[in-house]
Amino acid sequence: MALVTSENRGLRLGARYAVLVLVAIIFIFPLLFMAMSSLKPDNQLLLDTSSLRAFLPVGEISLDNYKDAFERAPIGVFVFNSVLITGLTVVLTLLVCSLAAFSFVFLDWKGRDVIFSIILATLIIPYETIFIPLLLMASQLPWISTEGLEFGWLNSYRVQIIPFIADGLSVFLFVQYFKDLPRELIEASRVEGASWWFIYRKVVLPLSGPVIATAAILKFLFMYNQYLWPLMVVQAEEIRPVMVGLGYFTDQLNVPWGEVMAYLTIITVPVLAFYLSLQRAFIASVASTGVKG
Amino acid sequence: MASKLKQSNRAGWLMALPGAGLIGLFIIIPFVLAFAFSLTNQRLASPNPTEFIGLENYSELLGLAVFTLEPERDDAGNAVVEDGEIQYPRLRKFTRKNAEFPHLDGKREWFSWQSGENRTVVLASDVVFMKALMNTILFVIVVAPLQSAIALTLALLINQKLRGISLFRAIYFMPVVVSIVIVSILWKFIYSPGDGLLNNILSAFTFGAFEPHDWLGDTSTALGSIIAMSIWQGVGFHMVIWLSGLQTISPTLYEAAEIEGSKKWQTFRYVTWPGLRNTAVLILIVITMQAFALFAQIDVMTQGGPLDSTQVLVFQAVERGYGKQDISGGSTISVILFVIVLSISFVQRWLTRERK
Repeated sequence: MALVTSENRGLRLGARYAVLVLVAIIFIFPLLFMAMSSLKPDNQLLLDTSSLRAFLPVGEISLDNYKDAFERAPIGVFVFNSVLITGLTVVLTLLVCSLAAFSFVFLDWKGRDVIFSIILATLIIPYETIFIPLLLMASQLPWISTEGLEFGWLNSYRVQIIPFIADGLSVFLFVQYFKDLPRELIEASRVEGASWWFIYRKVVLPLSGPVIATAAILKFLFMYNQYLWPLMVVQAEEIRPVMVGLGYFTDQLNVPWGEVMAYLTIITVPVLAFYLSLQRAFIASVASTGVKG
Repeated sequence: MASKLKQSNRAGWLMALPGAGLIGLFIIIPFVLAFAFSLTNQRLASPNPTEFIGLENYSELLGLAVFTLEPERDDAGNAVVEDGEIQYPRLRKFTRKNAEFPHLDGKREWFSWQSGENRTVVLASDVVFMKALMNTILFVIVVAPLQSAIALTLALLINQKLRGISLFRAIYFMPVVVSIVIVSILWKFIYSPGDGLLNNILSAFTFGAFEPHDWLGDTSTALGSIIAMSIWQGVGFHMVIWLSGLQTISPTLYEAAEIEGSKKWQTFRYVTWPGLRNTAVLILIVITMQAFALFAQIDVMTQGGPLDSTQVLVFQAVERGYGKQDISGGSTISVILFVIVLSISFVQRWLTRERK
């Protein structure tokens, strides 16, 4: 074995950090480029790609791109829509899927096992493969509004929310978690005469913090980043989410790159900030889809 | 299970109903509809009524034929050669309403090769679909092992006990939370030809020796560029799954290996890797499933081009079913995609069962 001197050890440690930093640069450079470019006028932005200046806030720095971007598109509306759609879906998902999982794990009823295995089987259906029939279906579905019964869900908030409330993965995550809860606790409450609804709300949910975080984060990422579905079902400007709003910038003959970068920054930074502040929960949520899957 | 609990049909149904009902309505019914549409000639808006046409959509997509062209011969029976190339009768003669070759009708050349004097041609009913199928499979075959390996390397890097390591973990995972649409726009810019960012970086590292390349505009690099970008975006996700697998391996095993003086590579080979087997299968499957759903990158960056070199299944399904309003054609591609994914998940079951 080699003799390990302290100098040697220091060198090794340095090498380890060098590798880590190098890899970090690979993951960070496009995002850094995005943020820095959003501050530069178009001609300078394009010129800067020839040097390291692309990653530095140098030259003519201003917030003009942001101002212009807000003038080009109703960004506030898009962000509001995305937040509304994502937020509502996440809340409803947590409620509906945890309730179903509770029923699958703790209650005994006819047909339970069959229905649960069908729901598990839907896990391998990629959403992309059902969007076309779903679109056709959504165009015919009934809805009761203040003006009475109407048909067709296209061009609405509901078509962006309701189809995504329940999904196999969310139910599955809750089921896995509930299975590990102490059954005696539930049985004891049952013996004391508590209703199932009470047990769900007052016994099980308070113990379910980690799985709620996991399901919420995964759904949040899925919903906020949805692209194909809103592209298919939404035409009206006032209900468009942020990803569809991109077209205002990229579908131009001369793409205003500075504004594109400003818009991308506007819609990415809140998510990144949210991620960085809840980093451990985000990573744990992905890890838990793996360990138990 | 739940032997001690009394049967509670009413409460059980009531609680499961919202979730099960929504999944039934918005996942299972559309899924069944996709199957049904694939057997008809349904279009989004058509004056003609929808008809049941059996498996015609499938044969229109999957139809293949192999045909050998013999060279044109002169009176002496020798092959006619002009400008150094053997002359063949035009393929059209056989594929356009030729009563002698009904199985070739309407098919077009996909690819061909030379065998002696003859030229063997593979014809497909739908060349674009075949390219999409092959590109998707190629994408999956390259991405699945490569992304798993890179993710494992990153997980091993991140699993070191060093100060500040969680910062690096957070950075490596960062692209996962960024929308693939945004990532695609950024990389389209990075890949831009001529004075693009990537060209400039490569040229700086090679002191100007690197010639600028049109990454997305060249048929030989377009799919590769999309593969590299997709790995960049998704690898953090799988790194985290590997990491949680790594952390289930008992530290005493590592201690034992150290006491016995095992080298780093040996420790990985005999301690780490056996402990990761199930994680490995899982990761391969997760990546494979995600890779088959490849869509946004193509839609944003190349639209399937150049020359169909980045056509993939989901993009084709959407282009036909939505773009061209050919519901049945798009649904048929979706069903084919689903059958492929299903077979892979059977392989997964078989693999994980074998190991236990």
